[in-house]
Amino acid sequence: MFDVELLLMIGLKVLFALLMIGAVMTMAGYSVLAERKVSAWMQGRVGPNRTVLPLVGSLPFVGRFLKGLGIFQPLADGLKFLFKEEMIPGHVNKFYYNLAPIVALVPALTTMTVLPFGEFFTENGESIPLMLANLEVGILFVLAVSSLGVYGIVLAGWSSNSKYPFLGGIRSSAQMISYELAMGLSLLPVFLWVSEPGTGAMGLSLVDIVNSQSQNAWLLLVQPLSALIFLIALFAETNRLPFDMPESETDLVGGFHTEYGGFKFGIFFVAEYAHIVVGSAIFTIVFLGGWHFLPWMADPWPATWIGSLIGVGWFLAKTIFLIFFFIWVRWTLPRFRYDQVMNLGWTKLLPLALLNLIFYVLLVTWLDQPPA
Amino acid sequence: MAKTVVLQRKPLSLSERTYLPQIVTGLKTTFSNMFKEKVTLQYPEEKPNIPKNYRGVPTLVKDPNGREKCVSCQLCEFVCPPKAIRITPGSVPEDEVDREHVEKATQEFEINMLRCIYCGYCQEVCPEEAIFLQDEYSSSGYTREEMINNKEKLYELGGTLPDQHYKWDKKKVAEGEGNAH
Ligand code: SF4
Ligand code: SF4
Repeated sequence: MFDVELLLMIGLKVLFALLMIGAVMTMAGYSVLAERKVSAWMQGRVGPNRTVLPLVGSLPFVGRFLKGLGIFQPLADGLKFLFKEEMIPGHVNKFYYNLAPIVALVPALTTMTVLPFGEFFTENGESIPLMLANLEVGILFVLAVSSLGVYGIVLAGWSSNSKYPFLGGIRSSAQMISYELAMGLSLLPVFLWVSEPGTGAMGLSLVDIVNSQSQNAWLLLVQPLSALIFLIALFAETNRLPFDMPESETDLVGGFHTEYGGFKFGIFFVAEYAHIVVGSAIFTIVFLGGWHFLPWMADPWPATWIGSLIGVGWFLAKTIFLIFFFIWVRWTLPRFRYDQVMNLGWTKLLPLALLNLIFYVLLVTWLDQPPA
Repeated sequence: MAKTVVLQRKPLSLSERTYLPQIVTGLKTTFSNMFKEKVTLQYPEEKPNIPKNYRGVPTLVKDPNGREKCVSCQLCEFVCPPKAIRITPGSVPEDEVDREHVEKATQEFEINMLRCIYCGYCQEVCPEEAIFLQDEYSSSGYTREEMINNKEKLYELGGTLPDQHYKWDKKKVAEGEGNAH
């Protein structure tokens, strides 16, 4: 009756998917902690260092160390969100109000299905990328789905039926539209470059782009301008300072989530950080060589399971550094004004991205001329 | 006459207009800040340094002979702006031989810490140097009643302070020699 193979495969996929969700959500949770800690350190404070689990805390040395790092804080925060009273204000549109957090979280979790984070070596030396779904159009999928996240924010802003969230929602939709273009255009030259004839890599696959950087220059070094534009657009897409228009606590109270509380607010919060995690991972994949070691160097680890573990670790290290970079920038720069954001997006970034694209189109065409 | 200087604003150079060098400088600053010494005081474990002349909770003090100094003149009760002090006057107990020449003592002395504004007027007005705002800064309780410090509590908080005058001893001696007042 049942195809056992098929069932097994589906089971395995589900298991992997759950693992992946677990990993990304944990990273999102701990980025919140990192945010609090790093901001505290940068401001000469200590940050959360009180929460502790009963048993672990009484370990002689480790317990105190972990307590000082605030390792248990995300747990406490999560529980707090879970047990808080769910308030639904009377003046909201209930259906969309409840839908918005889900719409915000789902795209963030969906994009991670196509993220490769390492490679696995079979017995005869072939490498299989570690990812949930190896899509040929990986980057297109990521761009398409991640921009859906803005609907969560817009819905939240609109359904809250109050001024501040509304303003936040409007700002965020305007911002997303303006930076999406620059983001897409900054990625095009990268893929043009990678899929030049002869390198074997074709199309928009994320795996191919990582592998093209092995023992080769990282694309950050080949195309610094594309990387810069992409990074700026990424900041805007993830609503991070200096582009946190939708939230801008100082002028919009809480922005789009002003009317949210309890677990729904928690979901927005986690979604934001999940976006950052996924965004950092994408930047690592496209510009920082993914799981490959330094530029122009072969991976120093063996092509076995140990090697693939180290590779995954290396990938994570790069991603975590980027997350740190996001936090670091947030606590350094002030927020742009709304019109400045628009100005930067439309009159600076977009033409720059276009010029960049044209330049690389010409360059690639010239480089790829068949020898006369 | 003051001269008006018109500042010449140089147009920004290209690198300045990208903001990037400035952003990098800012990033350096915040990064180096991460390793500076922290200014946080881990409060319940670490206590703040209380400077001299700190105006903490008002307390009643005894002189180095262990005698209560307050003579229940009620000046502090009168001067207290928010009316936090309530004094029930009484007489000096019979068995206190070396204080019997003092006419009054307090039977009860209450300071309501929910009303007190730590102004220090009571300390200033007291002719006997009997009430002091000392270094106690944290007072807490679960009920309103707990926040009213009674005489016993006030003396316990106040303890003994050095006395420069021993006013009543001098008075007693003078009385003995027949020239009181
Ligand atoms: S400090 Fe001021 S408010 Fe407090 S008891 Fe003394 S006089 Fe009253
Ligand atoms: S504390 Fe001082 S001012 Fe207040 S009643 Fe006693 S002697 Fe008078």
